[in-house]
Formats: sequence, C-alpha cells, structure tokens
Amino acid sequence: MDASRLRGWGGVGTMAVLCALALAFVLLLPCTQIAHHHTPDRSGQQLAEGSQVRAGSCQDSEAQKQTLAPSGADGPAVDAIKAREGARRKLIVGVDQNSYRWGYRKPDTEGARLEGFDIDLVHRIAQDILGDPNAVQFKAIPTNQRISAIQDGRVDMVVRTMTITCDRLGQVAFSAPYFKTGQQVLAPKSSSITGYNDTLAHKKVCTATGSTGYAKLDADKKAGTLPASTDISTTVPNQLDCLVRLQLGEVDAVVTDGALAASQAAQDPTVELKGAPFTTEYYGVAMKKDASDLVRRVNRVLVAYRTSGWQASYDTWLSATLGKDSSASEPPAPQYLRTS
Amino acid sequence: MTHPPQSAAPPVTGSAVPGAPGVPAQTAPQAPAPSHAPRPQAPHSRRTAFAEGAEKLRAAATTEPGRLRIIGAVLALLVVAFGAVTAWQSSERAAAADDVLHRSQPLSSGAADIYRSLADANTAASSGFLAGGQEPAATRDRYEKDISAAATGLVTAAANAEPGSASETTIARLNRLLPEYKGLVERARTYNRQGYPVGGAYLRYANEKMQTQMLPAAEDLYTRENARLDADYGNATPYPWAAIALGVLTLAGLGWAQRRDYLRTNRVLNHGLVAAGSATVVALLWLTVGHTVARSELTGSYDHGVRSLTVLYDARIASLKARGNENMSLVARGAETVTVGGKQYDTYYYAFDKDMTVLGEGLGRAERLADDSGGTAPVRSAEAGTALWKQRHAAARTADENGDYQQALAKVIGAKGTTGECFDGVDKDLARAIGHEQTEFRQAATSGRDAMTGLSVGAAVLAALGAAGALAGIGRRLSEYR
Repeated sequence: MDASRLRGWGGVGTMAVLCALALAFVLLLPCTQIAHHHTPDRSGQQLAEGSQVRAGSCQDSEAQKQTLAPSGADGPAVDAIKAREGARRKLIVGVDQNSYRWGYRKPDTEGARLEGFDIDLVHRIAQDILGDPNAVQFKAIPTNQRISAIQDGRVDMVVRTMTITCDRLGQVAFSAPYFKTGQQVLAPKSSSITGYNDTLAHKKVCTATGSTGYAKLDADKKAGTLPASTDISTTVPNQLDCLVRLQLGEVDAVVTDGALAASQAAQDPTVELKGAPFTTEYYGVAMKKDASDLVRRVNRVLVAYRTSGWQASYDTWLSATLGKDSSASEPPAPQYLRTS
Repeated sequence: MTHPPQSAAPPVTGSAVPGAPGVPAQTAPQAPAPSHAPRPQAPHSRRTAFAEGAEKLRAAATTEPGRLRIIGAVLALLVVAFGAVTAWQSSERAAAADDVLHRSQPLSSGAADIYRSLADANTAASSGFLAGGQEPAATRDRYEKDISAAATGLVTAAANAEPGSASETTIARLNRLLPEYKGLVERARTYNRQGYPVGGAYLRYANEKMQTQMLPAAEDLYTRENARLDADYGNATPYPWAAIALGVLTLAGLGWAQRRDYLRTNRVLNHGLVAAGSATVVALLWLTVGHTVARSELTGSYDHGVRSLTVLYDARIASLKARGNENMSLVARGAETVTVGGKQYDTYYYAFDKDMTVLGEGLGRAERLADDSGGTAPVRSAEAGTALWKQRHAAARTADENGDYQQALAKVIGAKGTTGECFDGVDKDLARAIGHEQTEFRQAATSGRDAMTGLSVGAAVLAALGAAGALAGIGRRLSEYR
C-alpha cells in the first residue's frame, strides 16, 4: 500500500520536472540564438549593443552619415553668433590644448599659441561665419566635458578629435566626418604587448575618461573578447596624461585613437603603436542638437575645406606622425541622411 | 607662666622620642621621664609600626616639649613643601614658556613657511608653464628658492618632531613627496623646451600631486604645530594655585605658632619664626608677582604676537591660493566649471574670488589686531595692493572672457602692470608684517619667560632658610625645657 502510493507520487513528480525542463528549454532557446547571432558582429565594427537599442536604427559604423545637408542659410544659431558685438564677436570653440599636432599650445611660440590640425579647421569655420579667421575664443575642454560643454552652451561647437558615435548622436549634433581613424594600442617598444589581443592579459591599460577607447575596452571586457585580467581602471582627463602614466611605469599600455596615439609616439621615441587599428572611427565637429543651421553651415565649410585646405593642413601637422600618404585618414564622401 | 591645661593627664608612655628625657627646668612640671624606659617592650612586639608611631605621637602630644617638637616638625615640613611645590610649578611653567619661545612657536611658523614655500613653488611652476618654453629666469629662481626653503624647513621640523608622533609621519610623507614632485616638474620643463605638449601633462600631474597630497599634508602639520603651541601656552600661563595655597597655609601656620608662643611666654617675637615667616612672605610675593608678570607678558605675546601671526599666515596662504587659481584658470582655459546656486562659474575663477574674500577679511582682522604703526603700515599697504590686484584681475578676466587670451595672459604674467606684480607686493607686505609680529612676539615671550627666571632656585633657597628659621625658633623654646 505505502510503497505503491509513493510510486504514484513519484510519477507525478517526474512529470512536473519534465514540464519544467521543457518550459525552460523553450524560454531559453531564443537567448542562445541571440548570443550566437551576435558573436560574429563583435569581430566586426559594432561595439555597444546598448547604443543600438537606444538610438533605434543607428549603427556606429553608419553614425557618421547622420548629419544634415550643407547650406549657407543663416538660422537662429548662426544669427546668435553674428549678433555678438565688439570684443565678444567671436566663435566660441571647445578644443584640446594637449594633443600634439591636433590642438596644442606650442611652448616655443610667443604666448604659447594654440596650433594643430583641429585649430586650422576652427579658423576656417570662423572665417566663413564671421569673416575673420582669428575671431575665435578657444576653450580647453577635458575629454569627458565635451558633451556637457555643448549642452550647457559654454561653447558653440567642439572641434576636438571627437568621434561620431550613436551614443553621442543622442546628445549632440555632428557635422559630416572630417577625419578617419581607429583605436590602437600604444606601448613601450620593449613591451611584450603585440596589439589588441591576449598579450594584454595582466596588463594595466590607460584611457581617457569618457573616450570611445574606454567604452570599447569596457564592452569587450564584459563580452570576454578582452582578457578578464586586463586592468582598465586607470582613466585620466586627457589622453596625453596616459603617456605620463606610461612613462612613469604606472600603466603598461595606452588605448586611444590611432591619430592621437601617433602624436604620443612622436613625443617619445621609446614607445610605438602595436598592431593595426581595431576599430574604424570618424571625427566630426559637434554642436548643439537643435542648432541645425549651424550644422548645415559647418557641413558647407567642410565640403570646401575637403577640396582646398584639408590636404595642406594634413601635410603641415600630420604627415610627420601619420605618414606622407593621407589616404588612410581621408574621410569618406559625405552622406547626409539626417533630415531634421 | 603658662600651663598646659591638660598637664594632669596620665603620663602614658612610649615616648621613645630622642631627647625626650629633657625635663622642663622652670615651668611645667609633669612627664615623669625616668621611669618609662623599660615599659614599652611589652606592647611593642604585636603592634604595627604605624600604630606604634601614632601611639607615640599621641603620647608626645600630651607634653609641652612633645607638642613643640611636633609643631616644629610640621612647620619645617610646610615650609619645605611650599618651597618644593613652588620650585616644581615655576620650573614647569618656565620650561613651557621656554618651549613657546624656542620650540613650538618657531615650529608653527616653520610649518606655515613650508606650506607657503610649497604653494609658491607650484605657482611659480605654473607661471613658467604659461610663459611657454622660455621660462623667465626670475620664475625659475623663485621656484628653486621655494623648493630649497621647503626642504630646509622639513629638516628643521623633522629634527624637532617627537619620534613616533603624527607630525613625524607627516614630515616623512612630505619628504618623500617633494623629490617626486620636483622630478615631475623637471620632466615638464624638459618636454616644454622641446616643444612637446606632454610637458603640460606632467605639470598638471605635478600640480595634482601638490594640491591633493602635499598641501593638505603641510596644512595638517601646521595645524598640529599650532595645537602644540596652544598646549605650551596652556602649560605656561595658569597660576600656580597649589604653591600659592601652600604658601598661605605655611604663613598661617607660622603665624599661629608665633601667637601660641606669645600666649605662653609673653614674648612678642620669636626670631626664628619671624625669619621663617619673612622667607615665606618673600617667596610667596616673588611667586605671585613673577607669575602675574610672566602671565601678562605671555598672554600679550599670544594676543599681539601669535594671534596676529596666525591671521597673517592665513592671509598669506589665501593670497597664494588666489594667485595659484588665477594662473590655473589660464592654464585650464575654462575647462572646468562649478555650479553654485544654479549658475555656472569657472572653477578657478570662482576659487580665486573666494580666496580674495578670505584675504580681504584676513587683512582687516590683521589691521585690527596690529597694535602699533610698525604692524599697521605693512597691512595697510597689503590692503592697497589687494585692491589693485582685484582691479587688474577684473581687467584680465574681462579680456579672457572676451576671448582675448593673449591679452589676459599679458595682464597676469606679462612684463608690466600685471596682477603678478600686485601679488608679489602683497606677499612682500605680508612678509614684513609677519617679521614685525615675530619680533613683538619674541620680545613679549622673552620677558614673560624671564619674569620666572631664578624663581625655582630662589624658592628652594628661601624654603631652606625658612625651614631652618622655623626649627631654630621652636628649638629656642624647646631648650627652655632642659
């Protein structure tokens, strides 16, 4: 009697377990498929899944196309700049003063002027809007304040080796791309690090706070493509501060845009770029999200700049660090997919 | 003539007091001395020494010579105790006053100087950075002088720090950080000369080390040394109540003995007791007057010296901070902002305004504390310099906010009519005021300490004299019983 009753309950229990297993299988199957589906993407250009979700159709590899068609028509944003009077009649631009050959104070000039590839572009934009290439007020902006400086209205625009990403497109508006680069690893020549790979295990990597480099490292570490033992906790206000940490032996490698990494290598002959760029990124001029007329205006400047000016500026500032051949750095033909 | 009223009391024994057999010659007729020699043996064996002593004392108190002996012993003890406590308390206060003068105040100034040197070196380094690759010779010299002043100050502070104290740890930390900081600045200079912006990155790193680690440590040291100074003042200035109370008690005892003598012998003065009383009065007067003078001088040295000095040091630190922030606002070029009450300000300009307010308040307080023209003149001059500085700074800031960076730079670190000149002037005025207050402090504290000179030795000698007088006076009476 007792034994059979027990056996009866056992049958019910087995059924219940089977049902639960079946249910779990059905529920979990889509997840495994998603995981499989995403693996190949990581080796390609995409990084943050989060940004894809947030920006809807935006993909980082296509983000540089999300800009407005060029136009010379004045609107509220351009009018506001032109309405400044007297000594204040200047374009206020957030730049970097620490990126060698991009935007930096040249210590051996009188008063240590700001110079570089980005600065040339700023002068060109000021020339177009205000008719005077020197009608510019430069504000040095740390990497992690670029977006808030625009949103708060502290600057009219940021021309500061700023990568166009989907995340940022949700916060600011970008011009068409004016430069092409990709993240790269910088390490001492004697280092065992060979590139963005497993040789980074047990190494300390430095990035700038709020940079695309940090976002990429963080995402890859969570995804497991970067060794879990890689220490990415060292972040600094400016990518150049990473070179200081590297020279002082506080970190083993630096991850930053290839264009900036080359600038760092140019200041210290004992370090070098390791491996090829592992992303493709485009620099754009960032402006307030609703300053549509200014975006169109800048895009018009860029079209002209691409045909005359860009190459000369490249030759002056960047050929020494990035090579005489500028083809790897040239921006793609602009596309203007944003409509409003 | 006088008779002890209880003279009929039973002649209990036990008086092993030496010399007790002395029989009164003329007066009181009791105390059958001869017969008590064998008796004490019996109870002796089972009693404690204390009980026995108390018993003997009680026995002695029943006879006049015994009472006289006790009185003499107590008076002598009182006088000696008064002398000893006076010597101890005044030497303790003199030592504390000497510490104020030669140890804690110089160390507290030394700590303030270390802070000043470090902050000034950092300001000089950032000025050099602003000036570009060709660092002006004056800036470089200033930086080097500041660094060596800081290093010297740290050596002095280390030599005077108590082993194992928190100050020692802080000094060791600063000693470790200073070469690190200097190394970073040297690298910054080298790269600056080569025209590489990584020099600026090194300078920012050095500045961060200074602002977040070294200056807080130096401030900590200053606070600690100030606390020690206050503690030394606390040890030097209170009245020596124990000594004074003992002195009064001794005088009362001597007076009572004198009166008792008079009542029993009709003699107006007992010379020994008079001598003892005089010695005690002199010692007590010396103690009280010396301490009062010392106290008022030391309190004066605190009120007019130390308090002024503290205010002046704080003002100087505020002016240094203001100058540092003025420079950094140009180094950072509006990179950092703070939001206060919903409005945005440049971090460094905001800090500059606050520092200038502190400086102005400090100068106002220093002027109120300054008690003579030697102290007021430099403070007034510093106030005028500060006003001019504010004016020039406003012009420089306007230029900066209008985007004319070069003009702003010229107004801050340029050749003529710069805010840098104002800062240097204010700094020099403050240094002059500090020198003046230092002198005042040293004079007052020295005379305060000197008011206690010889007091402990004098008290010891007077106490010895007094005790001898008391014993002689009582002995004179005692001899009458032989």
